Amino acid sequence: MKTKGFAKHYYMMMAPGLLWLVLFSIVPMFGIVIAFQDFNPGKGILGSEFIGLETFKYMFTLSDTLNVFYNTIIIAIMKIIGNLIVPLVFALMLNEIRYIGLKRSIQTIVYLPHFLSWVILGGVLLDIFAYQGPINQLLGIFGVEPILFFAQADLFPFLVVGSDVWKEFGFNTIIYLAALTGINPALYEAAGIDGASRFRMLWHVTLPGIRTTAVLLAVLSLGNVLNAGFDQIFNLYNPLVYSTGDIIDTWVYRAGLLNLQYELATAVGLLKSVAGFILISLSYFLAYKFTNYRIF
Amino acid sequence: MLRSKSLSSKMTDAILIAILVIVAITCILPLWYTLSLSLSSKTAAAAGAVALWPVDFNFDSYKQLLQDSQFFKSFWISVQRVVLGAGLNFIIVPLMAYPLSKTVKDFRGRNVLMWTVIFTMLFNGGLIPLYITIQEYNLMNSIWALVLVGGAQTIVFNIILTINFFRNLPKSLEEAALVDGAGPWYILFKLFIPLSIPVLATVSLFSIVYHWNEFLYGLIFMTREEFYPLQTYIQQLVVSVDPSTMTEDQYKRMSELSNRTLDAAKIFIAMIPVLVVYPFLQRYFIHGITLGSVKE
Repeated sequence: MKTKGFAKHYYMMMAPGLLWLVLFSIVPMFGIVIAFQDFNPGKGILGSEFIGLETFKYMFTLSDTLNVFYNTIIIAIMKIIGNLIVPLVFALMLNEIRYIGLKRSIQTIVYLPHFLSWVILGGVLLDIFAYQGPINQLLGIFGVEPILFFAQADLFPFLVVGSDVWKEFGFNTIIYLAALTGINPALYEAAGIDGASRFRMLWHVTLPGIRTTAVLLAVLSLGNVLNAGFDQIFNLYNPLVYSTGDIIDTWVYRAGLLNLQYELATAVGLLKSVAGFILISLSYFLAYKFTNYRIF
Repeated sequence: MLRSKSLSSKMTDAILIAILVIVAITCILPLWYTLSLSLSSKTAAAAGAVALWPVDFNFDSYKQLLQDSQFFKSFWISVQRVVLGAGLNFIIVPLMAYPLSKTVKDFRGRNVLMWTVIFTMLFNGGLIPLYITIQEYNLMNSIWALVLVGGAQTIVFNIILTINFFRNLPKSLEEAALVDGAGPWYILFKLFIPLSIPVLATVSLFSIVYHWNEFLYGLIFMTREEFYPLQTYIQQLVVSVDPSTMTEDQYKRMSELSNRTLDAAKIFIAMIPVLVVYPFLQRYFIHGITLGSVKE
């Protein structure tokens, strides 16, 4: 077959896309040298003086940065756990429903929040949990004094995790539901003939049938240990909850773009990018090793 | 499937359905509340009288919204951004995916290019280097900053999805075309793209939703409000906080001062485009997620 000389055309096809990625993904990566410079915006990256690891030394003396790393990991891990378990339980429950119309309607509704932005949902949540909002009205019936929910530092991480699970659980059920449809119906028939109860079928047929998927999702979520969700927290937080709710990304935004501490913000961002890169690569490697999963 | 229809099994069904329906309702109730709030009077909203239904039903907020020329400017900027972003995505994705779907045997540079592309997805320089780069490119206050930066970060996932789809197309199709003397451009445009409408529709929808929902780049690359896309405009309005330290009283007063009914109207209008494309999203994305997976 004649495929000689095709490579030239393949490069031509890829040229515009590659140029795009080089200009807007790869070139910005070189900006990380700012972390090793005494950066002067007037002189630019090429004109600024190098100071080695000074910024990193300084970074570790700040209690702020340690706190945001801690907050990030705590919130991210709670989210990972919630986003693995809640969709699994929901998918198993949905799988028991035999009324197709009802099942479809429920699915249609629970997928929706995933597609709305955190700007929108942040506004909605702040309304719902407002001082005069419906949640406080509801609690008022039971004699509870109104609470300024999003001003409570001890509640904030849980509100963030809860609302994230609420937004994403529907969408996350899709993968479990796809795995559930992959289970051979003959297994249920055989179990039924053997007189297995509904619960025993769940335990001996359904759960083993989606075990690989669950393990895979758990392994892949390792890559998210440093992603506590910038969009969400940025739209929900305020200075009252910085102690528990400020995460790496929001801190970098404020340090860099509001306080103009370019070097420090770049250094913290770089640390996160490197650690994140290692975690994601590790998760892909483990996923391939344990379940033979490849992303490409 | 075999299902015993004993009384206890029916009870289980009823309880399951009740739980699922309640959970589904909690997914739309907050959105419904926002609509009710936008249709209520200001005094009712401030007094916390609005629960499920609008109180003192009126369209004042929407009439007031019509006076807000910046809202419509921002809406228009977002529409342009979505058209440019999704359009570019639609053109570049197949052009990148087709050569990358080849084996190393057919396309020698394939692996190096693939890893480069993947690397841009897994690693980034962080917010500050990106900000400095866009300044250097003189793209501040340009819509292309929004289209190209956001696009570069989301396109790789779409490319991977499409590569996997291309690889699952029957090999004999391409072989037959090669025998007939077809070149790579002909095979891509006349054979692969027409056969890939489901996956291209999926990645286009992902791109549309991404560009509509993204707010951060509008915030950092646009220095004046008149250039804000809609989500950035709403973000600044509804949920922005004073970065200085504040007390609980200040936080409370801030939320009391804000025009909750007008904000709710803005939030609701910003939701509408996503609700409009939602039926299409529904049809394609479940499919999209599973069709992009690697088949062993």
